[in-house]
Amino acid sequence: MIPWLSWLAAICGAAGLIGALGLAPPDYQQGEGYRIIFVHVPAAVLSTVAYAVMATAAGVGLIWRMNVAHAVAASCASIGAWFTALALVTGSLWGRPMWGTYWEWDPRLTSELVLLFLYLGYMGLRSAIDDTARADRASAVLALVGVINLPIIHYSVDWWNSLHQGHTLLKFGKASMPPSMLTPLLLMMLAFLLYFGAIVLTRARGAVLRRERQARWIGEIVGVTAP
Amino acid sequence: MQWLAMGGYARFVWPCYLLTAAVIVLNIYLARRDFADALRSARRRPTAKGNEQ
Repeated sequence: MIPWLSWLAAICGAAGLIGALGLAPPDYQQGEGYRIIFVHVPAAVLSTVAYAVMATAAGVGLIWRMNVAHAVAASCASIGAWFTALALVTGSLWGRPMWGTYWEWDPRLTSELVLLFLYLGYMGLRSAIDDTARADRASAVLALVGVINLPIIHYSVDWWNSLHQGHTLLKFGKASMPPSMLTPLLLMMLAFLLYFGAIVLTRARGAVLRRERQARWIGEIVGVTAP
Repeated sequence: MQWLAMGGYARFVWPCYLLTAAVIVLNIYLARRDFADALRSARRRPTAKGNEQ
């Protein structure tokens, strides 16, 4: 499954990149500068999707006491944090020429920053508790409480009079973009999400190996034969 | 060359793409290293339960 996700991500990414940097026309207001959207939006989408997956897995782990779910949740955190930081930095590099500032305490930007702190808090909490079962429970509660931030991020551009532009894709009617821009953007988003799947599965595999290393079936898989 | 200049936005556009590429490559590396570590440590410790049985 991991090779499939990886190859699909690479193909979508390559096609998206050709569209993003080559075929898509310049924006009528922002010129070539808008091309940052093709990495900024997928990174931001990934940052929130990763959190949704993490919180769902944490919730499943908490309710049904599934170790695998906790392993998946823990695997989402670091990649989510990296892409949240990426969304913030690329947004900042986009904000400088278009808004005249790298940073503004705008609701969208602030809530995305809070998302980064949630990820870092989640990882910090996990690493601070030695007992895996306790770390699972405590971090799952934190992940679930943090879910409140997701709708805030999403609707911040509607709820407040924000510097950040409004929704481009998810709104009633149709997306406010011509197909020549929309197609590469959707391809890039798909590529990022497939990539996320591949990375999380790789990490979750490692996490399960660590957790269950006492189990007999792990020994059989990795080639340590029990006497 | 005109393409590289990105209509005067080169110093904002290209760092974004380079950073994105860096984060993508870094996360592949970190995930693979993490898995390789887990595999190594699982191989190194023959299981307690396995030994009992």
